Amino acid sequence: MAAPKKGRSASAQSKPGRSLALILIAIVALTGGMFLSGHTTPRLGIDLAGGTSITLRAVPEAGQESAINKTNMDTAVDIMNRRVNGLGVSEAEVQTQGRDNIIVNIPKGTNSEEAQKQVGTTAKLYFRPVVATEVSGAAATGSPSPSPSGSASGDKATDKATDKATEKATDPSTSSSSPSATPTSQGRAVTDGLKADATPSTSTSPAASASPSASGGAADTGKLEAQYAALDCTDKKARAKAGDGSKPTDSTVACGQNSQGQWQKYILGPAEVDGTDVDKAEAVLNTTTGAGWTVTMKFTDGGSKKFAAITGKLAQNQSPQNQFAIVLDGEVVSDPYVSQALTGGNAEISGNFTQESSQSLANMLSYGALPLTFKEDSVTTVTAALGGEQLQAGLIAGAIGLALVVLYLVLYYRGLALIAVASLLVSGALTYVIMALLGPTIGFALNLPAVCGAIVAIGITADSFIVYFERVRDEIREGRSLRPAVERAWPRARRTILVSDFVSFLAAAVLFIVTVGKVQGFAFTLGLTTLLDVVVVFLFTKPLLTLVARSKFFSSGHSWSGLDPKRLGAQPPLRRTRRPAQPAAGPVDPKEA
Amino acid sequence: MSKLGNLGARLHRGEVGYDFVGNRKIWYGLSILITITAIVGLAVRGLNMGIEFEGGAVFTTPKNTSVSVSQAETYAEEASGHDAIVQKLGDGSLRIQIAGIDTDKSGQIRRELADDLKVDSEQIAADLVGPSWGDQVANKAWQGLGIFLVLVVIYLAIAFEWRMAVAAFVALIHDITITVGIYALVGFEVTPGTVIGLLTILGYSLYDTVVVFDSLKEQTKDIAKQTRWTYSDIANRSINSTLVRSVNTTVVALLPVAGLLFIGGGVLGAGMLNDISLSLFVGLAAGAYSSIFIATPLVADLKEHEPQMKALKKRVLAKRAQAGSQGEPLDAPATEAYDDEPEDDEATPAVVGPRNQPSSRSRGRGRPSGKRR
Repeated sequence: MAAPKKGRSASAQSKPGRSLALILIAIVALTGGMFLSGHTTPRLGIDLAGGTSITLRAVPEAGQESAINKTNMDTAVDIMNRRVNGLGVSEAEVQTQGRDNIIVNIPKGTNSEEAQKQVGTTAKLYFRPVVATEVSGAAATGSPSPSPSGSASGDKATDKATDKATEKATDPSTSSSSPSATPTSQGRAVTDGLKADATPSTSTSPAASASPSASGGAADTGKLEAQYAALDCTDKKARAKAGDGSKPTDSTVACGQNSQGQWQKYILGPAEVDGTDVDKAEAVLNTTTGAGWTVTMKFTDGGSKKFAAITGKLAQNQSPQNQFAIVLDGEVVSDPYVSQALTGGNAEISGNFTQESSQSLANMLSYGALPLTFKEDSVTTVTAALGGEQLQAGLIAGAIGLALVVLYLVLYYRGLALIAVASLLVSGALTYVIMALLGPTIGFALNLPAVCGAIVAIGITADSFIVYFERVRDEIREGRSLRPAVERAWPRARRTILVSDFVSFLAAAVLFIVTVGKVQGFAFTLGLTTLLDVVVVFLFTKPLLTLVARSKFFSSGHSWSGLDPKRLGAQPPLRRTRRPAQPAAGPVDPKEA
Repeated sequence: MSKLGNLGARLHRGEVGYDFVGNRKIWYGLSILITITAIVGLAVRGLNMGIEFEGGAVFTTPKNTSVSVSQAETYAEEASGHDAIVQKLGDGSLRIQIAGIDTDKSGQIRRELADDLKVDSEQIAADLVGPSWGDQVANKAWQGLGIFLVLVVIYLAIAFEWRMAVAAFVALIHDITITVGIYALVGFEVTPGTVIGLLTILGYSLYDTVVVFDSLKEQTKDIAKQTRWTYSDIANRSINSTLVRSVNTTVVALLPVAGLLFIGGGVLGAGMLNDISLSLFVGLAAGAYSSIFIATPLVADLKEHEPQMKALKKRVLAKRAQAGSQGEPLDAPATEAYDDEPEDDEATPAVVGPRNQPSSRSRGRGRPSGKRR
């Protein structure tokens, strides 16, 4: 790239028409593609369209610096996406940026504060035993209130028992004695019977009600039952609040969606295994047993012991108490049942998974194991009005800049400026169309710094023409006529353009890779326009100049052509001898412009 | 314009020219002076770091907010419990900066402000930055700068030679120091936008320098085969011959930036556009200066220390002395030397490269007209 051979470039020079046709076809094709894709304007960033943009930074746990890697970040993005879009923000986008940043962009009109809260907190993943579950919704909320009242006595036992169970999680004997349904849960079981779920719902009662003697927490249990009864998981707000403030060691209520997409509510026992106990989770297509997509989990050493204990305990229970719930951020993401103790440190969850859903669950499971927390680094909320103003200001600034450049070019280069302006227009059209197309394809969003980059790029693009034009003029000053001048000036101008554009592109590329946020948008535009500059100069400006050089207006050196030999102070045509006879023309010759 | 055109022609022929290389000591001195001033300014005054680097929030109210600046300041301080800086922008909106608040408290402050100012809180734009964000941006920028410098020095060393890489490196550091120094001295606020602008200067400053170097490389290709010019002479000629382009490029680059600055600073009052364009403006000007006055003379200096070039210089000087003793005052600055009747025409085409070789010339000529119709 640095120094192309000085020979002439075959295609651009000898067949100007072909290059021009090529670039015109490219423009038409791209424009057609743009209209076909239905995205006729570049996607606007938050700062121009309005909305909230949150930048999060991953902070690894001590001694786990290598935890910031692509897999982990991608997993985190999946989780964040789920959380933000769980708010009903369908267009929120979450993406990684740089090495350790995650950007969450939330378009205007959604509750940005809520979203901010959601992404700002650390996700927590727990495995909790299911105590009771049922489909939630109108039917459930309408269910008779007897639950709290009828259960007063049983509840005492319930909570104590569950507390106990946490402590004695490793002891399967405690749990074995449990299945005693309280009146409460039976009352509820009536409604449960309605649900067409794979998980039969003879509701509940704590796994370890065998130890009713423990004390303290009765009130809590009562509250829990009351919460459970009142919980309507179809209500978004209620869902978000469910289990708020409960500690992992407490029993809690939670919501989750079953495979039919119905909301289901749960009473869950204390967390037995937490996310960090999961070493690895993967979505696997199990072809040997024909189970379809499954999720395999591998536990850490400590985790596998705990998991063996909980499964051993659960396996002896009746449904639904043989289920454990995988709870992410207080929401049940999966509630598989257990038929035997799983002691190997490996487990497989099967069911009606699709590839997507199994992968999503695997991601969530892995997320719990991420030794990362996310810190809010910046939150920018731009009102739609301000965004519009900034966009407008950017466009006006661009227009003024462009007008000034065109004015200067016309004054200085006269007729030649037409070629420069045409090239700028082609370059501008290409930039616009490509930006519009990059929106849907790679998620490129035009932000304010990107607009700045495009405006600054006017200078870089125009410079390529200046380099070339100055070269041509030098050749004319040497006494050449226009056509040979155009051809002779090209190889050197081309080299200069390539070398300098390469440096500019290098700067843009390094900035794009290394930096974050706003800087990146700027670098992207700069890099894109630099590339387009090369394309335009090679395929448009040069061939156009070659064609134009044939016209009388330019080749005769009309005083408005910008190539008037007299005005340029050309030497009279050289007498052709073996060596230059004009003293001045000799040594001073090589002018790099 | 015609005057400019003529100047271009005369520069091209070497009838006029400035001895950039010969007077380099002056420019080095000037640059060292400016750089020292910049460093002193930086050390004494420090940079006025924007809220993005300290952590805090910037709230922007809708247009034509009726509340006065001092009143808004009171409101903001009441709402946040921290000091607030309020600016009135060009379109009548207020820019309220509050340092030192946490990102999670901002929602509440925003609501309180909205109540006080009697606008809908959804209409107040907020920019909240954790205390480490600016540092992170700055760190990444430094990192980018480092990587870029290494790559570009390697590239220039391969594409040109290590001396040019060194000179370009020095020029780049020079530009950045000056820009940062001006920020320190004038007290402009440093924001991520400023950092963007500063980083862009990297590419642009080098872009300019590379064009001059490209010319220099071409012209000095066969320098050893002649005895009329020293490396410095040719370097000087390269600068002069690319001067028109340099001026044009700088003007064309500065015009859009000026447009940005005008709109960003004059109409919007403050913000990203203004920050980027301001640092760009300063940096571009410094970049244009350094590629002409610093980078190329530096290459010449470095080159003249090469044994080969030393020998050449000796030969050239001897030749000039000889010519001088014959009555022709040849031992003159390079610019004047251009007009001298070439005594050794054999060498001339060599310096000049293939351009003046008749064979290539006629090839170039015959082709477009001959083949194409």
